[in-house]
Amino acid sequence: MKKQALTDRRKFILNMARGLGLATMGGFIWSAYIDEATASELLLRPPAAINEDDFLKTCIKCGLCVEACPYDTLMLAKPGDNKPLGTPFFIPRDMPCYMCPDIPCVPVCPTGALDESSVTTDGELDIGIADMGLAVVDEESCIAFWGIQCDACYRACPILGEAITIEYQKNDRTGKHAFMKPIVHADACTGCGMCERACVTEKPAIYILPREVAQGKAGDYYIKGWDKEDEKRLKNAKEIKTTTKISEKTAMDSLNSSLEDLY
Amino acid sequence: MKKLWDSYRYLFFRRVTQVGLLVLYFGANAWGWTIIQGNLSSSLILGVIPMSDPYAALQMLVAGAMLATDLLIGVGVAMAFYFFIGGRAFCSWVCPINMVTDFASFVREKIGMNQLTGVKQPASRKLRYWVLALSLVVSAIMGVTAFEFISPISMVHRGIVFGIGFGWAAVLIIFLFDLFFLKNGWCGHVCPLGGFYSIVGKFSLIRVNHLEENCTLCMKCKVVCPENQVLHMIGKKSLPVVSGECTNCARCIEVCDDDALRFSITSMARNKKTGE
Repeated sequence: MKKQALTDRRKFILNMARGLGLATMGGFIWSAYIDEATASELLLRPPAAINEDDFLKTCIKCGLCVEACPYDTLMLAKPGDNKPLGTPFFIPRDMPCYMCPDIPCVPVCPTGALDESSVTTDGELDIGIADMGLAVVDEESCIAFWGIQCDACYRACPILGEAITIEYQKNDRTGKHAFMKPIVHADACTGCGMCERACVTEKPAIYILPREVAQGKAGDYYIKGWDKEDEKRLKNAKEIKTTTKISEKTAMDSLNSSLEDLY
Repeated sequence: MKKLWDSYRYLFFRRVTQVGLLVLYFGANAWGWTIIQGNLSSSLILGVIPMSDPYAALQMLVAGAMLATDLLIGVGVAMAFYFFIGGRAFCSWVCPINMVTDFASFVREKIGMNQLTGVKQPASRKLRYWVLALSLVVSAIMGVTAFEFISPISMVHRGIVFGIGFGWAAVLIIFLFDLFFLKNGWCGHVCPLGGFYSIVGKFSLIRVNHLEENCTLCMKCKVVCPENQVLHMIGKKSLPVVSGECTNCARCIEVCDDDALRFSITSMARNKKTGE
């Protein structure tokens, strides 16, 4: 068959198809990269950062927070850091947040990715209510849990006596000494990382994790029955009814049947 | 010496602007200068005037972010400058990648890559508008600013100010791409930010104007121009360059030995044309 020159109509359709096809291809590759690039969840953000999903949309990566930080705590993610590119973060073991009372990093944010209102109490900046993460103690490697006296994290904590307290406990191994165990209180801890920085072990036994990584969630089915406030959560709980094949029959049927029904 | 100055004066000013801005941004982070803080995505000039990348803000908008007042003011400042005055001047006067692609283009010409690849280019200059559209679609679907996560411009600029990491690889990729794959490849074909400013700067006042009666058809301007499709009127008609794709880099003006190309204000150029 002789090849015919393409008609204008066909050319137009082919060109459109080509454009759309290549755009779809490119779009998927691009999206796949972004999905990977934004997947890092073990990331500590500056104080007053909005939740991670919104933060990734809203942060324009200008670095004004980094420049405002007087301690070189904050950094912008570089290519090779394997963190969402250009977004600010900090590594407490290298340089924790010193919880400046005037919080210079927050008001400079032009986009609201750092939300001033979340660190404001009665019209005044209040770093004490910041939530950068939560300190977690690894009891296996914390030498205070071994019975060796160490209160480095407790002393380093800028909210001394509230975010970390020391719990005394008898040391049955020696019979005459006390354990002095550091206990983190999630409601007071801001995740500044001073404790992680101060920890004396080779790899810190107390470290900051993003709160949603560090904490579990009991859900609405478990209630502190002795706490009137907590009981209010019950109203969110919805009934879940499970019907199995076995429960459709009477108990007698089940007892008289062979074991097959159970599987 | 006069000749040398005449044929490189704008290039000199552009490099001074580009490098000067980098130094000021760098100084802001390293030594706490307050002349211009931040980076090209969003800056604070003299500690007061915000200036933000309007393309980044557009991606934020389609990604579903709330746009804060400071950001909107910053976008307004940048948009006003490029819309009314500069046109696509960001690309040739501010963007650090411009130095990389200009260098690639220079080497390409010197080593004869242009003869090897011929006139036929394997991509269309319309590609950037496709990339621009696609970046908005991906931003909307993924809920993040899609181009900002891959932009070699911000990667490099941020890198110079805040530490570069593997960002140098982005520079190398663009250099090799422009040198061996596509002439004026990144800036003239792919970059969606260039495409964005081509649209924004379409009606700006500062224009290159062509005076046909002075033209000797040497075509030096077309050789040196990174967007030479905008110079279609050379030797044919006295017209200003109206395409937004012109970056106002002024290379054509300084290589012209016959005073056939000049900067002008759009309206004046038009008056002159009808007046003659």
